[in-house]
Amino acid sequence: MTPTALPRRRLLGAALAAALLAACDTPPAPPLAQYNATVISDPAFGRDFRLKDPQGRERSLADWRGKVVLVFFGYTQCPDACPTALSRAAAVMKLLGADADKVQVLFVSLDPERDTPALLSEYVPSFDPRFLGLYTTPEATPGVAADFKVFYRRNPGATPSTYTIDHSVTTYTYNRRGQLRLLIGHDSLPEQVAADLRQLLQE
Amino acid sequence: MFRRPLSPLLAALCFGLAGLAQAQVNVTTPWVRATTPAQKATGAFMQLQSPSDTALVSASSPVAGVVEIHEMAMNNNVMSMRRIPKLDLPAKISVELKPGSYHIMLMDLKQQVKAGDKVPLTLVFEDAKKQQQKLDVQAEARELTAMPASGHHHH
Repeated sequence: MTPTALPRRRLLGAALAAALLAACDTPPAPPLAQYNATVISDPAFGRDFRLKDPQGRERSLADWRGKVVLVFFGYTQCPDACPTALSRAAAVMKLLGADADKVQVLFVSLDPERDTPALLSEYVPSFDPRFLGLYTTPEATPGVAADFKVFYRRNPGATPSTYTIDHSVTTYTYNRRGQLRLLIGHDSLPEQVAADLRQLLQE
Repeated sequence: MFRRPLSPLLAALCFGLAGLAQAQVNVTTPWVRATTPAQKATGAFMQLQSPSDTALVSASSPVAGVVEIHEMAMNNNVMSMRRIPKLDLPAKISVELKPGSYHIMLMDLKQQVKAGDKVPLTLVFEDAKKQQQKLDVQAEARELTAMPASGHHHH
């Protein structure tokens, strides 16, 4: 305990007392959910998508109604951020135990030229067999990214096949009614994400 | 092609001569992220410490057509990756190549890298006097799902 801890605790106590007094005057509000991730409500972006799964089936958000859905954009040649995000998602699934069956993780390719359906179907489930890779044509990919306000940019490489891609690493998280609710940052820990998802499952 | 078997005596001799000319860069826990069969790129990570000022200027590996030194940076939740011409290694400072920071990018992979494989890497260092030093290391391939924070496998 530092010497400053006591006054701070007193302040907290005062704040709590004030809150309790205020609570007597007003009808009790439902407890505000406390999330680690950034909470958003009815945003104009990321409302839905039309993509293909590796089997070539058209998929949209409604396919997973009733589940919490996590959407991450990336590319399979990414050596760093993408495997880190997918590994974290896999760790979160383990932490969730039985609740993991109410969660769907989707990986959307920003690199359909190199991320073939075959590659997506082997790469994405290698983190967790329940994870699904999605893609669309090279022509339609920029529009999907724009719909989600996902920034990405190609950097030319030493050879035509070795370009890299700078991209947003936010995980878009939907509640069971298909509403975008949480933006999970790259630095989040599996425990924090699991706690958020458990809470989101109650919404 | 890259790995000629050296007799232990010759290896020791080379090692000794290199030691006389230039102090050796110390490479700790080199590892490569394993790939799935169709993946064409992956990253190599390690800690480097040099007794004197030098820089990592290039790398090569028989498993990859193109090998580059990259820096990863995170700005406003955007990951950017840049090829850098060299990675400075100030004397006696441990520089870590790790997810979220620097890595050696292996591209145009010629084969799948499986967890447990030993991936040969040749690192080239160059000091201020343009003296080059080559170092062969064996990087252990860790599971695709290896997390950055720890050096341990996940089960």
